[in-house]
Amino acid sequence: MIRYYITDNTAAAIPLREIPEVSYADFYDDLCAKLAEPRYHLAHYFARPEEGRMRFYALLLDDDTSQVLITSFATDYYDDTALPSLTACHPQVHPFERDIAERYGIRFDGMPWPKPLRFPFDRYDRRSTMDNYPFYTMEGGSLHEVNVGPIHAGIIEPGAFRFICSGEQVLHLEIALGYQHRGVEHAFETTANRLRQCCLAETVAGDSAVAHATAFVEAVEKLTGHERPAQLDRERAVGLELERMAMQIADTGALSGDVSYQLGQVACEALRTMTINTTQAWCGNRFGKGLIRPHGTRYPLDAATSEMIRHNVKEIARRYNEVRQDIKSSPTLLARFEQCGVVTRDQMTELGGVGQAARSSGLARDIRASHPWGVYAKHIRHESIVKRQGDVMARLMMRCREILQSADYIDRLLTIYEQKYADAPNPCAAPDYAAPLAPSSLSFGLVEGWRGETCHVLVTDAEGRIAACRIKDASLHNWAALALALRGEGISDFPICNKSFNLSYCGHDL
Amino acid sequence: MIFPKLKVLRSHGRQAIPNLDAVQLTERFRGRPELTETTDTADLEAAAALCPTGALAAKPFTLDLGRCLFCGECALRAPRNIRFTNDYRIGSPTREGLVLRPGMTAVPFDRADVRPELARCFGQSLHLREVSAGGDASVEMELGATGNVNFDFGRFGVGFTASPRHADGVVISGPVTANMAEALRICCEAVAEPKLLIACGTEACSGGLFAESKAIDRTFFATHHIDLWLPGAPTHPMIFIDGLRTLLGKKNRN
Repeated sequence: MIRYYITDNTAAAIPLREIPEVSYADFYDDLCAKLAEPRYHLAHYFARPEEGRMRFYALLLDDDTSQVLITSFATDYYDDTALPSLTACHPQVHPFERDIAERYGIRFDGMPWPKPLRFPFDRYDRRSTMDNYPFYTMEGGSLHEVNVGPIHAGIIEPGAFRFICSGEQVLHLEIALGYQHRGVEHAFETTANRLRQCCLAETVAGDSAVAHATAFVEAVEKLTGHERPAQLDRERAVGLELERMAMQIADTGALSGDVSYQLGQVACEALRTMTINTTQAWCGNRFGKGLIRPHGTRYPLDAATSEMIRHNVKEIARRYNEVRQDIKSSPTLLARFEQCGVVTRDQMTELGGVGQAARSSGLARDIRASHPWGVYAKHIRHESIVKRQGDVMARLMMRCREILQSADYIDRLLTIYEQKYADAPNPCAAPDYAAPLAPSSLSFGLVEGWRGETCHVLVTDAEGRIAACRIKDASLHNWAALALALRGEGISDFPICNKSFNLSYCGHDL
Repeated sequence: MIFPKLKVLRSHGRQAIPNLDAVQLTERFRGRPELTETTDTADLEAAAALCPTGALAAKPFTLDLGRCLFCGECALRAPRNIRFTNDYRIGSPTREGLVLRPGMTAVPFDRADVRPELARCFGQSLHLREVSAGGDASVEMELGATGNVNFDFGRFGVGFTASPRHADGVVISGPVTANMAEALRICCEAVAEPKLLIACGTEACSGGLFAESKAIDRTFFATHHIDLWLPGAPTHPMIFIDGLRTLLGKKNRN
């Protein structure tokens, strides 16, 4: 057992000197042992140059005790001895080790698939480019390869998919990303304008603007050390649950469209419009951009807005429930969705899967329940919805249930809100973009977005500037699960498998 | 089996917006800003210093919609100088047309800036290929929404197609990442002439938050003529619909 700094999702920022520094051998042994238990998974693991050394930080989540365990180790900056790879025993470390290796040229001994992750502009090896990505190949007379992308048929983000097929059957799918790399993390680190940083957080993944902005803002608030007004927690939760509803409805519609179930598709399109128009009527933007700001908000929930949201959400939930009933009573839909794209619980655990995809495979990972923050720590005791089957149907039914659950939460939050704050005209303060941050500290924001665990880790320098911003979207873990889901399936089932996960390209590529 | 479907249909009702040219967006929607000059410029300078993309300049007083994220912070800091209206008619045939000055009550749309063959070739039917090159998925979702049951842009013969070979033009979203620059160029080359190029979203118009990023390669915009610039973060479906209708001569700005 090595030393960890033990904290939780609501505690204050941590001075860097209080984070234990251990040897890599001990770190390796302890993580090998801990990650073998499903209660633990890595929320983040990254390296950064610090005072002439390479310092590696790991954030480990313990789902049973709600603890966040933080530890670190350091190497000499110019030391090029290879470190034994953790991926070899626990595949969930793979994206993190790939990222560290790609950025800084650190070698991990025995790492399977030592491939580039996102081709960042400041990568260690400039010779490694999108054009020479080392795709896995198989030889055989009856095999053929299908390459899709980077530009896809629909109006979606770019990414390259290479299928190795035997006839119609997919033997292997490899997903190569990086086309969306914009240098988001670097942009955070090169500005002191906190409004600009908030806008950057909102654009990490535009469909999860509220989740990413909340994660960033929570991390900033921990660094400033000021309490935020309690009402703000409710506004953020209402924003987050509205975003969850909107995207889960959009995915229900997209899945319906892919199997030519046009009634479900158009009904969901209309319901999504209604949901995001509700967000727009509240904060002026259909995706909730501009809503989440540090220490305050420009769009407090007044009585009229609360009533409007509550009324709309009730109507959306009622109508959505009818679509859900129709899906469940249509054998042609069940025939397409059931037993398709199965990911087992064991596979999900090994890959460190998070969010709705993990919960659809029986792995109950949900930050709202395991590491509650804000209202989830006070007013709402969240109970995760878990499905066992791990197929497309499970991921669809998960969405159906979550939408109704979110609608219920919004209703409850607004009721609490009205009872407590109905008389105060503007209970929330204006945002504070100037509050100084604690110097030489680390803080994190951990939020359950609609896709899953969203984590922002901030490290400040001696002057209290953000020296490192490390972002993790749920997609980082789950892309590998999509690749596994396709094994043995017909290639024509790729669209519904892909939509059932609906992972973020830009959230992965940053 | 039929009853659940009838229930869905009954609740769904009729969703299509009857007249797309007469749409009014919600009061709080942040669309075209109106600028007013004041003698005291302290508020304005503070707002300009905070602007996340440098879209707002105090001296001379201008607001570049091609760089604006519509976060609305400047209007709250300098309410006497800047007010966001819910006017979604903010597309422009030129990049310079997006720079607003005090006293302007509309984003100008001069037909002289539009290539005359566009209305002739694409007035009745227009199929577009969308290329996301670093877009954050919100512009892409809004573009998808233009064809949905509410907006139903397809009623005017405008839609999106999968192959650039079937397309009459390309809609570009995102700041154009270095890793996508080549794919975007190849895709545009695959579209037959005459073709239409549209920059959709603030990030496409100027790079937005990533204008200075080293991961961005905007040479495409130096080497290609863009026919329509559509700001927005993201671009609301009505901004896209209005911009294209005006470009194709189906609608007048003033």
